[in-house]
Amino acid sequence: MTTAGGLPPRYRTALRQVRGLGSARSGTDHFWRQRLTAVANVPLVIAFVLIVVLLMGRNHAAAVQIIGSPVVAIILLLFVASVTYHMRLGMQVIIEDYVHQDLPKLVLLIANTFFTAAVAFGCGYAILKLSFGV
Amino acid sequence: MAQFTLPKNSKIAAGTTWPTPAKLHGALTEVRVYRWNPDDGNNPRIDIYQVDRGDCGPMVLDALIWIKNTIDPTLTFRRSCREGICGSCSMNIDGGNTLACTKAMDEIKGAIRIYPLPHMAVVKDLVPDLTNFYAQHATIEPWLQTVSPEPQKEWRQSHEDRGKLDGLYECILCACCTTACPSYWWNSERYLGPAALLQANRWLKDSRDEATGERLDQLEDPFRLYRCHTIMNCANACPKGLNPAKAIAEIKKMMVDRQV
Repeated sequence: MTTAGGLPPRYRTALRQVRGLGSARSGTDHFWRQRLTAVANVPLVIAFVLIVVLLMGRNHAAAVQIIGSPVVAIILLLFVASVTYHMRLGMQVIIEDYVHQDLPKLVLLIANTFFTAAVAFGCGYAILKLSFGV
Repeated sequence: MAQFTLPKNSKIAAGTTWPTPAKLHGALTEVRVYRWNPDDGNNPRIDIYQVDRGDCGPMVLDALIWIKNTIDPTLTFRRSCREGICGSCSMNIDGGNTLACTKAMDEIKGAIRIYPLPHMAVVKDLVPDLTNFYAQHATIEPWLQTVSPEPQKEWRQSHEDRGKLDGLYECILCACCTTACPSYWWNSERYLGPAALLQANRWLKDSRDEATGERLDQLEDPFRLYRCHTIMNCANACPKGLNPAKAIAEIKKMMVDRQV
């Protein structure tokens, strides 16, 4: 026996299917934070590009001197924090959109958090190291 | 994973090219129609018909009715009001979802290609299975909900508040928007889709309704509401000129409003 589209018959009602596990009562925070980091990224990315232009062609000592400035270092740290957090939120949405099997989804969501944390802390460590001239 | 290619049994084959009618009353327009019969076990096919424009009304629905009456009575499609208010004859025409009864044949250059609404299980030919779509509409509880004692007469509303329902109440649930939405294609089990969410906003905006908070609670979900990525296919597709994407954005705004 088949139903529309040659699919196997469904014994659960459509409403039961749609109601599923109910509303998660969340998602707004994710939505808000994605917009918040997007807004933050506008000035931070511009500042980051200017700093990169400033650093181009300079040697290590000059780079240490530029990043040694607290303003530059703090801008770079804010940039890394905002961009990586935004990236984690965005990648999470893409995974949820396209990956539907439980195990791959879970693995990818965990990997997404681990990856962005590694990028964020790696960059942060590099900036601090250069900034403090260690 | 979301499925990006058609399953084997949905791959479309070439179908019958029906002969041109013997006696002509006007110019001919070629119409290519998706055909699928659940009973013959074959893959879907595209049948080609030549429609005699001198003997047929101007709309795509007129062509389908003409084909059914004069060439092929097995052609199956939904239709009722033929004036864009019942939402029955929604289908994919010339690459876009719309109502066959309000789409003029002259709007289309070349052959007219007609398919059922995309990414839905097909019942037969141009008839999609809308069970899930209707259940999603039912989930948002599309009726007035109140706690206050019922008034002797009707629930009253100012002209201004009534005006807030414009652009929402006109939705005829034809499913053109929902089935045009890629987010809905990938997550139709969990994402409510543009039509149901526009209807949800219609009740959220209703000044007489007292269940706004409960309605928002039911919608606040990463999948039910937040799968909308403002792709805007819904607004492009809507044959009534409504903007479901804007309605969804307003729901999201309400969600933020009650937190910030």
